[in-house]
Amino acid sequence: MDFVNAIILLLNYIFIPALTYGSQLALGAIFVTLIYGILRFANFATGDMMSFGTMATILFTWYFQSLGVSLGVLPTALLAIPFGIIFMIFYMLLIDKFVFKYYRNQKSPPVQFAMVSIGVMFVTQAVVRIIIGPGDRRFFDGEKFIIKAREFKEMTGLNEGLALKSTQVITIFVTIVLVSLLFWFLNRTKTGKSMKAYSDNEDLALLSGIDPKKIVLVTWVIAGILATIGGALYGLDKSFKPFTYFNNMLPIFAAAIVGGIGNPFGAFLGGYVIAFSEILLTYAYKKFFMYILPESMEPNSLVQLLSTDYKFAVSFSILVIVLIYRPSGIFKGKVL
Amino acid sequence: MMVLILMVGIFQSWNIALSIFNLCLISAVMTMGANIQWGYAGLINFGIMGYTALGGLAAVLISVDPVQEAWRAGGFDILMSLWLIVVMVLVIRFILKRFEKSKIRTYSIAAIIISGILLIRFSAEPGIEAIEAVDPAKTGFLGGFGLPIIFSWIVGALFAGGLAFIVGKVALGLRADYLAIATLLISEIVIAIIKHEDWLTRGVKNVIGLKRPAPYEVDLQTTDWFIKLVEKFNAGKLSVIDNLADRQAALNQLVIEGSSVFVKLCYSGLFLVVVIILLILTQKALYSPWGRMMRAIRDNEEAANAMGKNVVKQHLLIFILGSAIVGIAGAMLVTQDGLFTPGSYRPMRYTFLIWVMVIVGGSGNNFGAILGGFVVWFLWIEAAPISLFLINFFTAGIPETNALKAHLIESVPYFRFLLMGLGLLFIMRYRPKGILPEKIEIK
Repeated sequence: MDFVNAIILLLNYIFIPALTYGSQLALGAIFVTLIYGILRFANFATGDMMSFGTMATILFTWYFQSLGVSLGVLPTALLAIPFGIIFMIFYMLLIDKFVFKYYRNQKSPPVQFAMVSIGVMFVTQAVVRIIIGPGDRRFFDGEKFIIKAREFKEMTGLNEGLALKSTQVITIFVTIVLVSLLFWFLNRTKTGKSMKAYSDNEDLALLSGIDPKKIVLVTWVIAGILATIGGALYGLDKSFKPFTYFNNMLPIFAAAIVGGIGNPFGAFLGGYVIAFSEILLTYAYKKFFMYILPESMEPNSLVQLLSTDYKFAVSFSILVIVLIYRPSGIFKGKVL
Repeated sequence: MMVLILMVGIFQSWNIALSIFNLCLISAVMTMGANIQWGYAGLINFGIMGYTALGGLAAVLISVDPVQEAWRAGGFDILMSLWLIVVMVLVIRFILKRFEKSKIRTYSIAAIIISGILLIRFSAEPGIEAIEAVDPAKTGFLGGFGLPIIFSWIVGALFAGGLAFIVGKVALGLRADYLAIATLLISEIVIAIIKHEDWLTRGVKNVIGLKRPAPYEVDLQTTDWFIKLVEKFNAGKLSVIDNLADRQAALNQLVIEGSSVFVKLCYSGLFLVVVIILLILTQKALYSPWGRMMRAIRDNEEAANAMGKNVVKQHLLIFILGSAIVGIAGAMLVTQDGLFTPGSYRPMRYTFLIWVMVIVGGSGNNFGAILGGFVVWFLWIEAAPISLFLINFFTAGIPETNALKAHLIESVPYFRFLLMGLGLLFIMRYRPKGILPEKIEIK
């Protein structure tokens, strides 16, 4: 029985939260990696673009709520996401037309693109804060839990409860669907394949008649979808605050690079690598050992490798180690 | 630029004008540091925040009086761990030197690091807890050396240079945009450590009431010569008032205002000295053979390498120099504020804003860097009043109760981001070399 308790404990405090957080990171990381692979720059506006998409979603959610439209047990935000995506794509294309296109035509070095994206970051941040304010917003409605900790205890008679939030299930489910669709698109359709070709070798791709304008357009559309959904899922699960989104850019970058930049599948796994290592290294295992070890060997301390304050630092350290020893990432992206 | 600051002095207040001016000077120092790395050598450093914070930490460690009780409680454990770290580094160095590169070597180094960290954690834990338990509301940390805070400007440079040495060794081989990301993330790690190692920095509890290189306002207000000085300056104003009591009250008010202006002026003088010294040094360096070599490396690394220049070494050197200058600025900042708040170090303010200054001012030109620091900081502070004025101007016909207008006025502080972003984008587009572009004289 103790053993089952220990497993439930780990599931509840490590596995499910890490899987959720990892999914949110993974979507962002694929976004970064696609922009890097096809448009060829490190996008420092990632976090703020995600917050812009989330903001649009929140505004539509409020609108639907005021109309009295709801999805019953599911959050209304799910209904608002498609509209948020359209808004986001529109904003991204606008930025691309007025900002990035010029530098693409000039064939500017990636550093210049990165600097420009910092300008975009400032502007987007301002737009988001002016429209919705810097405060904390919760826009979740509907049923909060699928399984409540107390009900689970009563049901199974175990000591440890297992709480399953509906946002966690939604996040994981949506991520799986979205990512499988994305990989199907990239690997099976003609447009997807031409995107890959363009990413591998721009000149050859142009020679074989691939239209670069179309590639760029499709990339921004996919990026808009990923950014909005990733951001909205994070906001549903936790809460929406522009500053947090800006900060999330850093673990997202870490995930994309750890997975091998330019490699969407690597970025997807990278998200989970970062999330799991953050949570595994900062979790206090005291209770876990209390269950599985005999009483005489119970630990006195918290058995925590690093204090939770270092959560972010863990992912950055992993990134630094990867950059030194395997600059192409764990799953072989481009060599930097 | 000076005219603008003088205008703030006349229209808002001299106090605000001087605090803007002082921060402009500090920003100029930071920008010069970043400019050396980016403009001279083409190295991108997004870790400015980390070096600034280290400079600030130096200010605390130098100026605060040592907390004797904390040293007695846990000093031994801390010194022990420090010694362990030194041993660890020496062992790793030895292994690196002695053995050929192989998988076994990599794994054994990893094993040493991990076991070392665990060992240090266990040995330092009781000491840290004991230190943090010493009067946590006031101290709860080891304190510093109790020296005048001016020394910290040099020590801050040393700290930042030391960090830059490690970062440079690790990350300088990376391609430009990856160097940017890596330095950004490393600086976040530094901030995380400063924020959470309470025994060293008090963490988010902040260190307040640091020593000052300038006199205190309260002391000035009771000093005779200062009151006389204020009286002399405002003789015209005071002579208009006939009533003696009224005149005394007015004088008191003037003395209070004057004292804070005077203190700020002291700081301005000190900062100005630093800026001028740095400007002379960097200008000399720019036109020296060394400066020419740096530009050669920046413009064509392979050719410079073929000419026998040690690119890796020079990159490391300039990375350290630039970061050290940023460290000075960090110490100056904490000196002026008189407090150290690790929570306030955010990449937006201390990394990206500085980069806007570098790009706007003109990379590779020291005067451009200073100008960038002044212009951008001025706009950053004055953006809110300016945009408030503009909003009021354009919505003059709309009643005050209008929801949109109220919302806009409420979000005035965020227009500074918009202004910065647009400014950066326009400069990048229409004047990619900055306001004052790099000038190379060929003699």
